[in-house]
Amino acid sequence: MSFQVRKLLLVIVVLHVSACSSLGVKPWERNLLAKKQMALTSSPINAALDDHIYFSKEASSGGRGFAGGGCGCN
Amino acid sequence: MNKSLSFSAALSAAVSALFVAPVTSVKAEESNAWKLDSAVMYYGETDRVQAVEVIVGGKKEFEDGHFLDLKFTFDTLTGASATGAVAQPNIQSFTRPSGNGRYTVSANETPLDDTFKDTRVQLNAQWTQPLKGEYTLSTGAHLSKEYDYLSLGINAGLAREFNQKNTTVSAGLSLGQDTITPEGGLPIPLYEMPHYINSPNGQPNNTEGSSSDFDASRDRSSDSKQIVDLLFGVTQVINRRFITQFNYSYSNVDGYQTDPFKVVSVVDENGVTLNNIYESRPDKRQKNSVYAQGKYHLSKSVVDVSYRYFWDDWGIKSNSIDAKYWMPMGKGYLEPHIRYYQQDEADFYQPFVTRQPEVDSNVSADYRIGKLTGLTLGLSYGFPLNNGHEISFRAELYRQKVTDPGVNNIGVINQLDIFPDVDAVIFQTNYSF
Repeated sequence: MSFQVRKLLLVIVVLHVSACSSLGVKPWERNLLAKKQMALTSSPINAALDDHIYFSKEASSGGRGFAGGGCGCN
Repeated sequence: MNKSLSFSAALSAAVSALFVAPVTSVKAEESNAWKLDSAVMYYGETDRVQAVEVIVGGKKEFEDGHFLDLKFTFDTLTGASATGAVAQPNIQSFTRPSGNGRYTVSANETPLDDTFKDTRVQLNAQWTQPLKGEYTLSTGAHLSKEYDYLSLGINAGLAREFNQKNTTVSAGLSLGQDTITPEGGLPIPLYEMPHYINSPNGQPNNTEGSSSDFDASRDRSSDSKQIVDLLFGVTQVINRRFITQFNYSYSNVDGYQTDPFKVVSVVDENGVTLNNIYESRPDKRQKNSVYAQGKYHLSKSVVDVSYRYFWDDWGIKSNSIDAKYWMPMGKGYLEPHIRYYQQDEADFYQPFVTRQPEVDSNVSADYRIGKLTGLTLGLSYGFPLNNGHEISFRAELYRQKVTDPGVNNIGVINQLDIFPDVDAVIFQTNYSF
């Protein structure tokens, strides 16, 4: 499974590098993307609180950011 | 119409570009003040853990693109936590992890350790600045201290933008060192939990055991683990309304990862607990995850969907799907949230054992590394205040359904619910200024 996922990831990265030149917007077309609610992590504080809860209560961590540690809660 | 709009937009961009120097310097002066973001969160499980967490974060731009982020976190935990011991049809008694006294658990109840109590302070600092070309460098450090736990870490990340900043490729490294020093020392893995009581006046009460029994179950006062995390990411703007992110993260944890407060029940053929032994987890763990996120701007609202697949060499695999829908509401916004999580158990997870495990083997009955699902439903509401500050409120329900990984329940355990659900509520207020 992990090998397949790695392969998939590689494909995604290669696709990005090769196809990204046809994607995207011009600098003056960023009015919607510049809104706070369009930031990938629109509330870093909420993300930190959620990460702490789920790190404490579930066996998985990381993904959006480092898998980390930081507390003795797990 | 569209043509003339985009022409005027292009013209205004060109005019801005001509005056780029004065515009940015004015902007820099305006944005040089600290921007503060704060939150107070209450997390409460039914009959179990209660937590209050306060975060205050500040961000300051020193010169164009040079940012300092500081974050202070304080949290306090009280309540009871599942010990891993299996429920029984009779009252059970357990020695506290500190060795000071004992606690009892009613018949048919999941054993919870009611001495769960901690206060934690955490500091994070992160510096981000542009480098030559299209590169951005970010470095940071964190310190987290609890009564019995210390976590230190440093991190660095490098990002490069391509294709008119529509593509960002990043790589990051984080190094951490965690040290645990529980009151009463670290129990010897797989060793039988002793019966020992200190009476309130400090005089040992040896009717059910002795201090030497307790001391014999401990082999050291503290231990540590080292964490190396790698994170690789690609962010891609698809079009004016659509942005995506893809991450791969790897984490290598080396050192003490057993939970010194957890035990496993050894039961006989009738399901009756003979004794409880301290759990044991491997001292190495490699975690991986792939993460994909997409954010799409509809005419006014925003859809945010993310997915993570996680796997590690303990045998744990999990899927997480998270979706938020941001929509304008009056002057502010409303944001419903749903998250679904599904996890397969670790190879060494066993709700109970029927014989003493072999020396150096691993076993844990901690339901958090067992087979479970989690469902979160939430709603946020936020709006700007007249002074330009912003306030928001969040309420969420979180339910964990713990499921039988396929063990053959025996004897008295058959009649008991040894996989109870865990329900929690989350209330939160944020204030930004």
